[in-house]
Amino acid sequence: MTKFNHSKVGHNRAMDHLVEVDNLTFRRAERLIYDGISLRVPKGKITAVMGPSGIGKTTLLRLIGGQLIPDEGDVRFDGNSIVAMNRRELYQTRRRMSMLFQSGALFTDMSVFDNVAFPLREHTQLSEDIIATTVALKLQAVGLRGAASLMPSELSGGMARRAALARAIALDPDLIMYDEPFAGQDPISMGVLVKLIRELNDALGLTSIVVTHDVTEVLTIADYIYILADKRVIGEGTAQQIKESESELVQQFLKGQADGPVPFHFPADDLEQSFFGGGK
Amino acid sequence: MNVFQSVGASTLGKISAVGRAGVMLFGALIAVPRLKNIPLTVKQVNVVGVQSLLIILVSGLFIGMVMALQGYTILVDYGAEGSLGPMVALSLLRELGPVVTALLFAGRAGSALTAEIGLMKATEQLSSLEMMAIDPLRRVVAPRFWAGMISMPMLALIFSAVGILGGHLVGVDWLGVDAGSYWSIMQSTVDWNQDVINGVIKSLVFALVVTWIAIFKGYDSIPTSEGISKATTETVVFSSLAVLGLDFVLTALMFGIE
Repeated sequence: MTKFNHSKVGHNRAMDHLVEVDNLTFRRAERLIYDGISLRVPKGKITAVMGPSGIGKTTLLRLIGGQLIPDEGDVRFDGNSIVAMNRRELYQTRRRMSMLFQSGALFTDMSVFDNVAFPLREHTQLSEDIIATTVALKLQAVGLRGAASLMPSELSGGMARRAALARAIALDPDLIMYDEPFAGQDPISMGVLVKLIRELNDALGLTSIVVTHDVTEVLTIADYIYILADKRVIGEGTAQQIKESESELVQQFLKGQADGPVPFHFPADDLEQSFFGGGK
Repeated sequence: MNVFQSVGASTLGKISAVGRAGVMLFGALIAVPRLKNIPLTVKQVNVVGVQSLLIILVSGLFIGMVMALQGYTILVDYGAEGSLGPMVALSLLRELGPVVTALLFAGRAGSALTAEIGLMKATEQLSSLEMMAIDPLRRVVAPRFWAGMISMPMLALIFSAVGILGGHLVGVDWLGVDAGSYWSIMQSTVDWNQDVINGVIKSLVFALVVTWIAIFKGYDSIPTSEGISKATTETVVFSSLAVLGLDFVLTALMFGIE
């Protein structure tokens, strides 16, 4: 079903991958979310993780960020195990990654400028002059330099996400994780975000992970795609390979069919039985 | 069997919540205070303290006035209206100042703290702090905790002071109690350690409890509109009950048996 088998990739190529997830199993309150999934995120590329809503794609990002601890398996960032890190190491590592949350998660009590300046003020000893210049550059990159003095409540959804993106790249991270960046965006904002993700990735030499269920957008920008469903990886490959996948599950997902291997009906007892059956 | 199970489960749930609350407070306070956090704390003192001043001033004034009115009608029958001053002052400093301030603080500032932190959680601001390698316990929770600890004793003292003035307004200016006896008997009766300091200790304890509950309820809330509304209600209910219960214990310890 999968195009490549990871065991064949071998560890000699490990240094080409910024993030490696190995046989990861994760449960939340008894419910199994992931059952031994493995994936690799190559350096300098955009890797997309797709899958139906509610299968824990955001959870995967939180596992990579060390906010959640897997029950089994390992998550490595640049060769170092996130799972085995102590608090200090984890916080050091997190300075090299950043995450764009679905809601943007801008601090509502600060202006856009202060939001972008926030990580710089917290983590660096730069003077206010240099911070002002850096923030202006980051905002220019996302096209919001003119909106620096606005408060988050004055921004549209798309602008808020771009402002959050400027904040996410403020410290020049190695890895940036996008949590549903296209959800609820109008076509123009969507186009802007697609362009930004691609351009920032290439211009800043970032590695990007995009978690989403918007098929068309992802197929245009992702270098490598993983499709998750049913607690595991059901398909992976480049956009072309995914499109040509023979897996019914992958095809149902790509074409947005209502019924198929992922059933339309939530598991329930038989309709006839439940309406007319009464006692057996 | 199911009854036992659910009672057991809810007991375990409550015990683990107490544990989580302890861990949260420990995590927030273990950090070496950083200079950067001082402006944050000052800002929170403004939010929870200064902005609560109006309700404290108005309530204090009216409670003092009511006390004087009620006290006068009883004391005047025995010709003891000269003792109105100490009666008002002692009731306020020992009991009403710390207790009513704590109750008002829970309603005015505690609920706001819970809702604010709960919404920060719901809008992923706390998560995003974590991902920026900034500990939300130190950045968000600790300044708010210290702001509560600093504000509440001051608010309680202001409450008592305004209440004593309110008592003067009604007792002396309106009902005609002698101003000299109002103040001089108060001065000779009220003891610094026994009354003023004990009142401050009470309000420090209440500040700890109310702020802790408010912050924890927000931090531990289920990040949905329903969850935050429940957490806000629980903050006011739990902290009010805790204040009243603790007040009895503290009063028994401080003034109970000589």
